[in-house]
Amino acid sequence: MEALWLSVRLAVLVAAILLVLAIPLAYWLSQTKWRAKFVIESLVALPLVLPPTVLGFYLLTAMGANGVLGKLWMAWFGHTLAFTFTGLVVASILYSLPFAVQPLVMAFESVDLRLLDAAAVLGAGRWRSFRQILLPLSVPGLITAAVLSFAHTLGEFGVVLMVGGNIPGVTRTISIDIYDHVQSLDYSAANRMAIALLLISFAVLSTIYAVNRRVWSPWPTR
Amino acid sequence: MTAGNSARAQLEAQFRFKRTGAGSHSAFELTANFRLDPGITILFGPSGAGKSTLLDCVAGLLKPTSARIVLNGETLHDTATNTFVPPQRRHLAYLFQDPALFPHLTVEQNVAFGLQDLDPADRANRAQDLLTAFRVERLARRKPAEISGGEGQRVALARALATSPRAVLLDEPLKGLDAELKSAIVDDLRAWNRVRQLAILYVTHQRDEVDALGERVLAIDRGQIVAEGAPYAVLDAPRKKRLAYAAGFENHLSAVVQDMREPDGVMRVRLAGSEAELEVPLAYAAVGNRVHVAIRAGDILLATRRPEGLSARNILAGVIDSLEINGPTIVCRVNAGAMFLVHVTRGAQRALELAPGQSVWLVIKTHSCHLVDE
Repeated sequence: MEALWLSVRLAVLVAAILLVLAIPLAYWLSQTKWRAKFVIESLVALPLVLPPTVLGFYLLTAMGANGVLGKLWMAWFGHTLAFTFTGLVVASILYSLPFAVQPLVMAFESVDLRLLDAAAVLGAGRWRSFRQILLPLSVPGLITAAVLSFAHTLGEFGVVLMVGGNIPGVTRTISIDIYDHVQSLDYSAANRMAIALLLISFAVLSTIYAVNRRVWSPWPTR
Repeated sequence: MTAGNSARAQLEAQFRFKRTGAGSHSAFELTANFRLDPGITILFGPSGAGKSTLLDCVAGLLKPTSARIVLNGETLHDTATNTFVPPQRRHLAYLFQDPALFPHLTVEQNVAFGLQDLDPADRANRAQDLLTAFRVERLARRKPAEISGGEGQRVALARALATSPRAVLLDEPLKGLDAELKSAIVDDLRAWNRVRQLAILYVTHQRDEVDALGERVLAIDRGQIVAEGAPYAVLDAPRKKRLAYAAGFENHLSAVVQDMREPDGVMRVRLAGSEAELEVPLAYAAVGNRVHVAIRAGDILLATRRPEGLSARNILAGVIDSLEINGPTIVCRVNAGAMFLVHVTRGAQRALELAPGQSVWLVIKTHSCHLVDE
């Protein structure tokens, strides 16, 4: 159960940080008329198509003693990022970024622009209409983003294995735990963990689809 | 315009707006040069003429390519000096075609949205006052999804006017409402403006609203202001055929000038593709010229027997082609050489027992025939 608890802590932390990062990024993406914004969109979506081992490999290189990130971290904290919980958080944020940004962009873009015009004519600046009009009308998107980032981080395997290794209580997440049990032919232990993950994933998706079908769902609305 | 009028002008605007065609937008160019005096000015024109674009430019929601817009002496936009006051600091009331109420706020919160600068007690009072003035105070706690379209328009109007605006822009605010509701809202708007004497720019393409409201009309077509002046002067003698469509001239007839009777101020024209002739007011034309005649369907009388002893100069024999019910009026299509649309009341239709195939006579006064440009 240590592994499950570690995964949940990781997923909650990642989902929280992702919301903070993704809201401004998604707002900018939904508002900008910059022609090259597709470059940023592609970068954000990259983890969707990239094999986790590829992302994990480059992150590991960057976080190691000779990597840019690793050197910086070493200078500040006296150790590298690789094979630490913090390293897992950083890696998971990148890996789950599209799952937070895309529902938010969709939610922001689905708000009627005329409402923002109306707010402006009524004297509201950008910040006020963002806080009082755009954000409240995007709550289903916010929930979807948070829940998807949580679920996606909870189930990740490849990136964690590359970046975190398999240190009990530090980087051994639930999916790695399952893998370990299978390797050691302890199928009943693997099954307990797998069922826990299955049920959590199901609960999470039910929550999103119950809250809102329109925002980020692979299922058609009708 | 007299000097006295120009001293009263509240808003003066000259601008050009250009949109290049891209995606679903077609290329569009708008040139505007107008002034608004206190009271209601109607902006009238067919759809796609650029009415909403014009309002968006005045409100600052769109940026014209070149502009000089001055409100009560304050420059809102001047491309020559690089002055641009953003919409949130223009202090205008702008009501869109669609009420655009904030769906997550109650009616009262919607109306109070623009009152951020007041302290909470004053804000609540002002919102209440406006809700009362537009007779929606009982809806204060409801959400926009729980009120009707007409109520929504009233709330949107109250919200726009609550901010103590310096000028008012209304984009077809009464679209889709029935006539009784319309005139009630218009009365409330007039009452509100009686003491304030603000300039109100009111967009519509409906003739009945022009007659009910208008002190002055700006007619706009294809991105150009094509006429301005009193409603009857602008709309009863439309110079553009497209404008005539919008102004409620259901009949557009192509005709050829037969003879000119200058002493009487009239001329006779023959309708294209028929033997039927009409007497119409004298226009700058010559015998043999092709002209276009616009006639309102409501200006044509229908008789089941050939009328006698009338002052009307045009009596055409025809046959009813079809009858169509359109609210309280019946739209009668009559073939009298050319196809004419005639509006009659349901009562008249019953009394005359009008039916398709029946022979009738159309009675048209000379001055109900308006010559329009192609």
